Amino acid sequence: MRHRVKGRKLKRTSEHRLATLRNLATSLLKHKKIKTTLAKAKELRTFVEPIITKAKVDSVANRRYVAADIKDKEVVKELFTSIVNKIGERPGGYTRIIKLGQRKGDGAELAYIELVDYSDVVKEKSTKKKTENKTKAEEQKAEEVKTEEEVKKAEPQSEVNQEPKAEAGEQTSSEEKKEEN
Amino acid sequence: MPNPKRKMSKSRRDKRRTHYKASAPSLSRCSQCGELKLSHRACPNCGYYAGKSVFVPES
Repeated sequence: MRHRVKGRKLKRTSEHRLATLRNLATSLLKHKKIKTTLAKAKELRTFVEPIITKAKVDSVANRRYVAADIKDKEVVKELFTSIVNKIGERPGGYTRIIKLGQRKGDGAELAYIELVDYSDVVKEKSTKKKTENKTKAEEQKAEEVKTEEEVKKAEPQSEVNQEPKAEAGEQTSSEEKKEEN
Repeated sequence: MPNPKRKMSKSRRDKRRTHYKASAPSLSRCSQCGELKLSHRACPNCGYYAGKSVFVPES
């Protein structure tokens, strides 16, 4: 019987499980929001929250206690300075789990786990990345269009007139871009 | 050891199995985009959950 036996084994040996949880905790504190399976997210919650609580009091002993699990020194530093400041008076419940539905390959339920106090910060970051990627993609498209037009214009004309015509091609393409926008 | 006296006919076996059915998932409308979604999960279409953007969909 497994009455009153807490925790999930996650199909791992105890060493493997501990290593997994340490890695997940480090990633969560580093990136503030991570995507993992629901079971791991729920298990991580019980692992990382006591660590964060410990970090609220800054002492050499506590730093060593935390560093025993969080192997990345930079992350430990950040936890004791910026993350603890951001959390402030919150009495536990530092993480939030949002379910995402089933993964296609194996049907495992996925979830985001994030630090509650960083939810807005992470959102800004992700949107920034998206917009950057978008602009990059648009630039690439525009460049492709330009080169195509240059090739088209260059073919029928003599070699002497190539350069000014190519510039004209660029201008038209930029105008087209404006129209698209 | 006690054993079944007769072989279970295909008919009896299949009659028993008529009750083995898959149930349809109970879906609800997303409050953000109106698509059907599983409850208590972020909307896969718009990436919103409880009125907040959780992730930005790829398209």
